[in-house]
Amino acid sequence: MSGNEIVTDVVIIGAGPVGLFAVFELGLVDLKCHVIDILDRPGGQCAELYPEKPIYDIPAFPEISGQGLTDNLMKQIQPFGAEFHFNQMVTNCEKLEDGSFRVTTDADEVFLTKVIVVAAGGGSFQPKRPPVEDVEQYENKSVFYAVRKMDDFRDQDLVIVGGGDSALDWTLNLEPLARSLTLVHRRDQFRGHADSVNKMRALVEEGKINFITGQLGRLEGENGQLTEVYLKTAGGELGVPATRLLPFFGLTMKLGPVADWGLDLHENALIKVDTERFETSVPGIFAIGDINWYPGKLKLILSGFHEGALMSQAAKRIVHPDEKIVFQYTTSSSKLQKKLGVA
Amino acid sequence: MRIFVTDQDGTEHELEALEGWRVMEVIRDWGLNIKAECGGSCACATCHVFVDPEWQDKLNPPTDEEEDMLDSVADYEANSRLSCQILMSEELDGLRVTLADSARQEEAA
Ligand SMILES: Cc1cc2nc3c(=O)[nH]c(=O)nc-3n(C[C@H](O)[C@H](O)[C@H](O)COP(=O)(O)OP(=O)(O)OC[C@H]3O[C@@H](n4cnc5c(N)ncnc54)[C@H](O)[C@@H]3O)c2cc1C
Ligand code: FES
Repeated sequence: MSGNEIVTDVVIIGAGPVGLFAVFELGLVDLKCHVIDILDRPGGQCAELYPEKPIYDIPAFPEISGQGLTDNLMKQIQPFGAEFHFNQMVTNCEKLEDGSFRVTTDADEVFLTKVIVVAAGGGSFQPKRPPVEDVEQYENKSVFYAVRKMDDFRDQDLVIVGGGDSALDWTLNLEPLARSLTLVHRRDQFRGHADSVNKMRALVEEGKINFITGQLGRLEGENGQLTEVYLKTAGGELGVPATRLLPFFGLTMKLGPVADWGLDLHENALIKVDTERFETSVPGIFAIGDINWYPGKLKLILSGFHEGALMSQAAKRIVHPDEKIVFQYTTSSSKLQKKLGVA
Repeated sequence: MRIFVTDQDGTEHELEALEGWRVMEVIRDWGLNIKAECGGSCACATCHVFVDPEWQDKLNPPTDEEEDMLDSVADYEANSRLSCQILMSEELDGLRVTLADSARQEEAA
């Protein structure tokens, strides 16, 4: 989509619960939002780390699961027609002469926006890297943490490491393409769907793939091109020819590119804001939810919702400086109800 | 009650622990390098420790949930455990563990 700039009032970085509720509060003051997230769906930590676990401290919900909260928020913000851009990470932010911003993602989408709301939570989820020497030198050449193009694996000697759904799914999907495929896991038990496990075991029995219980030991290759991986197994070190390696150890969070935008930080990890507007040291850039810091900050969903409400008032003044803001309740204001599609 | 924790640089720390606390919480509250990203919900594996072999049998065996999470530590060893799943009790007074590299706040370069 490069070349087509998207013009908007607000770009929200992060579709976690706090970013989602910000769409609601910004919508009530007529601001249009685009929401960007690295993950492939909304919900942030709630959807990625604990979809099934109950949360007990959301006001008026004695109990709700991480996924349930996400689904409800999506329903609540639906009237405001925010546009979502998943599977991409915001990498750059540049302040333009007129005070607005140019925001770019790693998928080359470009946004021109008057306000940025950083709701990036614990940071960006990034794949866990295996602790083998020199793995960096092979990354994106012959070691990948995700499959973007299946064709990159055609006629390759492929080693997949892991015991979850990603490892199993890609074993099944890439088996027909790869020259050889070896699945490696620390134990002979898998936490993926039973159906995938059965299919994988059938392939092993037919001799189409290898399964080895063990762990990554070291890599061998040159100029980023793997030739062999050595595994630690109960029977000692074992070499397997490999031209492609896919390690699947799940995700972990890092502050990521936002750290380099020149915003004042707290302990190098959180973005400092004031408690009236939740604005950062750069006017026009706000930070709400787990990513921000101020004296007394609590990393609770509840606090993030409050921060979003106050932030929206300040954002409104930036986008529409001439409009008067009238304080209204959703229960009694027919104007607000029209926006919500209920009047 | 105390526990002995060796950090990623090989330094041993003697930490005071309280009954009923998770070992992860003790390590975190004393300021050692532990990420514990999910706050103890057995959902991140960034509280990974190696348990001294002499103590391994004194711990409750890992639940299925913990075993599943242990699949996502890349530096797994036979004595790997998630420290948020170990509750302090009288029997564990003197427990010895070593913090794994994969528990670092900023992953090792
Ligand atoms: C196991 C567990 C239990 C919890 N229980 C509770 C509880 O009971 N009550 C409670 O109030 N809180 C609880 N929390 C905390 C709560 O989940 C967080 O406070 C909340 O998720 C913060 O929301 P957020 O929207 O600020 O950030 P997050 O949920 O972290 O979402 C941030 C989103 O931003 C995205 N992102 C980051 N950087 C970028 C970038 N550069 N480009 C694009 N996207 C980016 C991420 O992919 C992520 O989806 C719990 C947390 C965990 C892990
Ligand atoms: S703190 Fe996350 S699994 Fe222990």
